[in-house]
Amino acid sequence: MKISRYLIVRAIILFCTVVVAVYITVFIANMGGHMDQIRRDQIKFDVAQAVYADPGNMGVPTAELQRMINERAEMQYRRLGLDQPFIVRSVGYLTTALSLNLGRSEYLTSDTGSREVRRVITERLMPTLLLLGTAVILVFIVAVFVALALSRRYGSFVDRAVIALAPTSSAPGWFYGIFLILLFAAVLRVMPYGGMVQSPPPKEPLAYALSLLRHLALPVSAIFLGGVFGGIYSWRTFFLIYSSEDYVELARAKGLSSRRIQNRYILRPTLPTIITQFMLTIITLWMGAIVLETVFNWPGLGRLYLTAVNLSDTPIIVGTVVIYGYLLAGTVLLLDFIYAIVDPRIRVGKGGGSR
Amino acid sequence: MRTVVRGLQELRRYPSAILGLLLVGLLVGVSLYAVIGMPYSEAIHLWRAGVGVWDEYPRNARPVWTDLFTRERLPRTIVVRSGEDGRVASEPTEDGTRSVEIVLPFDFQYDGFPREITLFVDTQMTEGEEVRYTVVWRTPGEQEMTLTRNRRVRRSDVYRISQDGTVRMALPGMPAPEVGLLADLEQRPGPEGRTVVKGSYEVLVRAEIPADAELTARLVVYGQIAGLAGTDHRRRDLMVALLWGAPLALAFGFLGAVGANVSTFVLAGIGTWYGGKTDSVFQRLTELFMVLPLLPVLIMVGHFFSRSLWLMLGLIIVMSVFSGAMKTYRAMFLQAREAPYIEAAQAYGAGNMRIVFRYLLPRIAPVLLPQFVLVIPTFVFLEATLAVIGLGDPVLPTWGKVMNDALGQGALYKGYYYWMVQPAVLLMVTGFGFALLGYSLDRVFNPRLRGV
Repeated sequence: MKISRYLIVRAIILFCTVVVAVYITVFIANMGGHMDQIRRDQIKFDVAQAVYADPGNMGVPTAELQRMINERAEMQYRRLGLDQPFIVRSVGYLTTALSLNLGRSEYLTSDTGSREVRRVITERLMPTLLLLGTAVILVFIVAVFVALALSRRYGSFVDRAVIALAPTSSAPGWFYGIFLILLFAAVLRVMPYGGMVQSPPPKEPLAYALSLLRHLALPVSAIFLGGVFGGIYSWRTFFLIYSSEDYVELARAKGLSSRRIQNRYILRPTLPTIITQFMLTIITLWMGAIVLETVFNWPGLGRLYLTAVNLSDTPIIVGTVVIYGYLLAGTVLLLDFIYAIVDPRIRVGKGGGSR
Repeated sequence: MRTVVRGLQELRRYPSAILGLLLVGLLVGVSLYAVIGMPYSEAIHLWRAGVGVWDEYPRNARPVWTDLFTRERLPRTIVVRSGEDGRVASEPTEDGTRSVEIVLPFDFQYDGFPREITLFVDTQMTEGEEVRYTVVWRTPGEQEMTLTRNRRVRRSDVYRISQDGTVRMALPGMPAPEVGLLADLEQRPGPEGRTVVKGSYEVLVRAEIPADAELTARLVVYGQIAGLAGTDHRRRDLMVALLWGAPLALAFGFLGAVGANVSTFVLAGIGTWYGGKTDSVFQRLTELFMVLPLLPVLIMVGHFFSRSLWLMLGLIIVMSVFSGAMKTYRAMFLQAREAPYIEAAQAYGAGNMRIVFRYLLPRIAPVLLPQFVLVIPTFVFLEATLAVIGLGDPVLPTWGKVMNDALGQGALYKGYYYWMVQPAVLLMVTGFGFALLGYSLDRVFNPRLRGV
């Protein structure tokens, strides 16, 4: 079967890509081995402190003490595997990371106090999914449907007005977030400055949900403002191109209703593209909210990543990137699968890229 | 090329394109003004805010134009120097020294209280000697109050009157010395707070100094408003950053767009024409960089290696060359490759590079232009994004840095809105200008949009 062979090749390539991406992360997050040197120095310092502080070592000559320190430090290095060169160790890091054996963080803990990277990350996953899921789905649905409506009224006043707003999307969501905080939190004082729920969190589920919604409103609006008009513009362009196809003209000539034309002749052939775009948007937004979460003090993955980098917490950094890489690669593979079924060129095995 | 020229002429028909061009032109003008009016080294020096650079500027002062929107006249900074407006009287004493009295008068006609009051005292005398001085405050009502007695100065001294605990104790019921010294002491504080006694104040500095020594004093009464753009927590005039942010943002955006977009375009052309191994290497690289998330990698590099703006720019370019746009361009080139005139070029024996650069690339160039303009604001905002999460260049005064400072200092909570809004508006103007232009170009040059 050509499709299965094609998919296997694609899967191998994507896996290699993830490997390379994770290796680059491991390399940078360890500062090309410099992090090991810092760890070694720290161990040596601790050992030296312990040796000098030991009352039993009083009167022992300095050279002898130095030898003791070196010996003990050497032992610690071997225990932690720090005696091997970084290249060897980095391969070890890579394989454990890829097998999702994420290990323990160095500084950061989850709210329950656990240091397991898996727990820390999953705990932060829900807030991110809540915020981005709501916002992305909202932006997407509004953009597609408004674009469809506008493409039917091409050239009208509403159409031109909405399209004139397209340049607003050149600014990212967090940028509008700052204005929203300024307006609704600082000046009008009707919305919270940030956070996910009020503090202390309400005990009742209903009050909790309400507080959550209140805190969700501003960041979601920020993402919405940053993305919706640009989205409408590109979807409108897309639909306009499709609605000038010959078969649509023919349908129009036949006198079909415009709703029928829209559903049958415009939406149906463009559905794969819509799905693709939707999935890719969701995946890329996974990491795209770092600044927004920082601005709104939202306890999500983006902010976790930023804190981890600022604390040089290598396991968390690598863990986040690995999960992201797998998710993205998985999505791309799924899209390849969909396309392999839909797109006849792939079955024939010639021309065109994967997308 | 002719299509490009014709397209540009067609642009005149779009009002949004004209507006975009105006905004971009305005930015270029501001950039030129900044670069010519304030050389790079001076801007860096000012922005580093070393000792003494911003002495005479208040902290967190609002821009002067806010005065137009308030009922009261807000105080501006008053500087009185002993050599200029101050009067210096000196007479020799019996034991061979001089008794000096410096009078620093200032007229205070504002409705608000100053932010701070500071006295800078400098001496010129033999190394190692020291002088003691006394400071007296005289109100318009001729009331005198000794602020400090026998304060020691060697070379120079900064007497921060607003932070002097004894002055605060001597003015019971007053929130701060700078309020108490200028307020009506008889008045009971009403709901609007205290009122200022307007009139001419005097600060007297008295000291006995050696006969050959010199004593100079400078009084700074810090206002609530300063500069056209206000000041930040380190007393820096925000105008420096607002002006210099323009050339930096433009340079970053433009270089980023050239580096990432144009090279993607050229490489896509080369890859498609040569096909085979070159093409598949480019394809694999594109897939790799599509999985590698840009911002997280930048954050890592910024934290672990360097925060230099130009290193970041280089990295952004390297990572964006093989981006999703590669696939879009490739699809277009694949179509263009089959055009008959390229076959003709091959037939007359044109070399590969000649075909790519003379025939293949120019055909798609009209599509590149709007993309190029549209991608510039992305890079401008990317720089701001990096700065806002604390990875801005440590020395360069960019808009993003100002926003980062404002966020870090809680400007939105404390009501220093100007601090956040000014750079944000400039960023938005930049983004809007290029986006307006880009979308209009898209309408002119995108062949598929023309028919509809």
